[in-house]
Amino acid sequence: MKHFGSPTKATVAALGLAAMTVPALAQQGLDEPFQKPFKEALAGKTVAYVPVAMNFDLTEGWYAGLKKELEPFGVKFVIRDANWNTNAGAQAVTSLISEKPAVIVVQNPDVQTYAKLLQRAENEGIYVIQINMGSAYRSSAFVGANWVEIGERQTEAVVKACEGKSNKVAIIQGALSAAASAYTLKGVENVLAKHPEVKVVSSQAADWDAAKAKAITQTVLKQNPDLCGIVGFWDGMDIGTAAAVKEAGLTGKVFVATSGGGERKGACELVKSGAFDLDMSYDVPTQAAQMAGTIKWLLSSGVKPGSIKGSEYTTLIPITKENADSQMACWNLSDLKK
Amino acid sequence: MKRFRFNQQEIVFAVFALLFLVFSIFLRGFLTADNMLTLLQNVAVLGILGLAMAIVVIGRGIDISLIAALAVPPGLVLQMVQNGHSLPASLLAAVLLTIAFGLINGWLIAYAEVPSLFATLATGLLLAGLGQTALFQLDVVQWSPGMDGFERLGQGTILGIPTSIVMFALACIAVSFLLRQTRWGAYIYAIGDNPYAARVTGIPSRPIIVLQYVVAALIGCFAGLVMAASVNSMPTRIFNSTLIYDVILVVVLGGIGLSGGRGGVLNVVIGTLVIGTMLNGMTIMDISYAGQNLIKGVVLLLAVITDSFLNPRNEETAQQGDI
Repeated sequence: MKHFGSPTKATVAALGLAAMTVPALAQQGLDEPFQKPFKEALAGKTVAYVPVAMNFDLTEGWYAGLKKELEPFGVKFVIRDANWNTNAGAQAVTSLISEKPAVIVVQNPDVQTYAKLLQRAENEGIYVIQINMGSAYRSSAFVGANWVEIGERQTEAVVKACEGKSNKVAIIQGALSAAASAYTLKGVENVLAKHPEVKVVSSQAADWDAAKAKAITQTVLKQNPDLCGIVGFWDGMDIGTAAAVKEAGLTGKVFVATSGGGERKGACELVKSGAFDLDMSYDVPTQAAQMAGTIKWLLSSGVKPGSIKGSEYTTLIPITKENADSQMACWNLSDLKK
Repeated sequence: MKRFRFNQQEIVFAVFALLFLVFSIFLRGFLTADNMLTLLQNVAVLGILGLAMAIVVIGRGIDISLIAALAVPPGLVLQMVQNGHSLPASLLAAVLLTIAFGLINGWLIAYAEVPSLFATLATGLLLAGLGQTALFQLDVVQWSPGMDGFERLGQGTILGIPTSIVMFALACIAVSFLLRQTRWGAYIYAIGDNPYAARVTGIPSRPIIVLQYVVAALIGCFAGLVMAASVNSMPTRIFNSTLIYDVILVVVLGGIGLSGGRGGVLNVVIGTLVIGTMLNGMTIMDISYAGQNLIKGVVLLLAVITDSFLNPRNEETAQQGDI
């Protein structure tokens, strides 16, 4: 109090106090007005996750990534595992509509089955985010790979590797019923249409099954030992394709291109070993982070579900010998779960 | 009726010979030594599974859970090695799991008297579910450096013959020995032919039934190890595939009647050869997937119809058949 003894000083101090109200408060901390509504918008909300099946790198990776991003904000997670059963998945989505979670994150098994259901969900006020496999219905957000692009870039690499060689290529498709496989095939066709010199000696579906892929590749290689490239549709299946190439002693001579989620053991390790020459990765942790970001944005924005629609196509990472060793090209499921 | 009676084995062999001849003439690149080896190699695992199924079917049962035995214990080996256990310890764990699984199957069928179709349908789901929830991190269990060397079980060649064919041959010899040279084998035929008569004559039918399922599970596990070694991973999701129908196709096509008591290793070999020839030919011709399924379906249907013509159900078999 001594300092404020003189009247002039007191006035100055009073004025100063008035003028310095804001900085004075800043020393005590300033309330950021938007974070509270954001937290409130997320806390206690339920996010339902409907993958085509759990227990494989993609769906486990998305789940772990989403959980890591959203659980600290008090978001609850429910999984409805369709376990490769389209009917079970449709039932799960139907029952979720009546349970009314805030968000449904769904991986479609095909284009049609869930389309109507997802539209109903958004009409009921549930945000729908579709991953990797979109349905015919465009919901609030689609996060995922562009399969046509994957097919195109794989085929371009194979065509390039074939230059000056036999120009004979083989295609190992996934399951015929899967739209991801059909879209990838479209990409393959797009590129092949520009390269009439390239001859497709075999184009068969191996049902996402490594053993079938191996059997088909073995037979094709025996018929066409001068084959110069193979376009495979999933790295989990093309382990078989690569095993057949290796057994025929053609590793390095037959260019094997495939695609997948970029999990270390399934992608980088196999590129390093020479099994695959190219693995187009759609980098699951980034996809998960984008989904989580979208969920945060949607919940905090308060927009009416279905009133805005957008897509986030994944930036693909081509994994080759050059980057297979880097820490960034691939990811470990065990680390993501930590 | 009696005059022109071919048994199914002969008919199927004739079909095989015909297919083989037609493909050899019309398909460029079919009749080469290399392609023949590939043909066999592609169906070796199927053939080994066929042997397991044959043992059970001869004893008048069926084992739908065979694919679970193929997928889960070998998957466990890969997973344990990946987690840092030694290969022998992992193999031991897998074999113990397989034996336990076979014992459960056998107990349910022999002692609890649950029809084999339902018992193995349920236990197969159980084992596959156990694998998915408790044992594996991912559906596709990847090869890890600790497994190096083990891939020779399914890759490479022994004396110029692809290893998986050699494994099939070894399995054939072992099963043939069990069925033809041992008392247990004779008991299996007796039980398959007429379970009640077998029991009355003092054959320990319940333990023998348990034995069948344990042996079948072990062979299934062996097939799985060969498969895992051959593709450098274990896609455990194979449980959800239609492989089990292919196995039944091999057995029935080969001429092992589903009513039991008939057939042997030779039938499995013939069945496997027919399937192998068909698959190989269709792949060379680049027939679409749907077309391949159609052809396989028609062939299975023909085989089943032929089976019921040649081994008509009489009063005795109709009464006792579970299937």
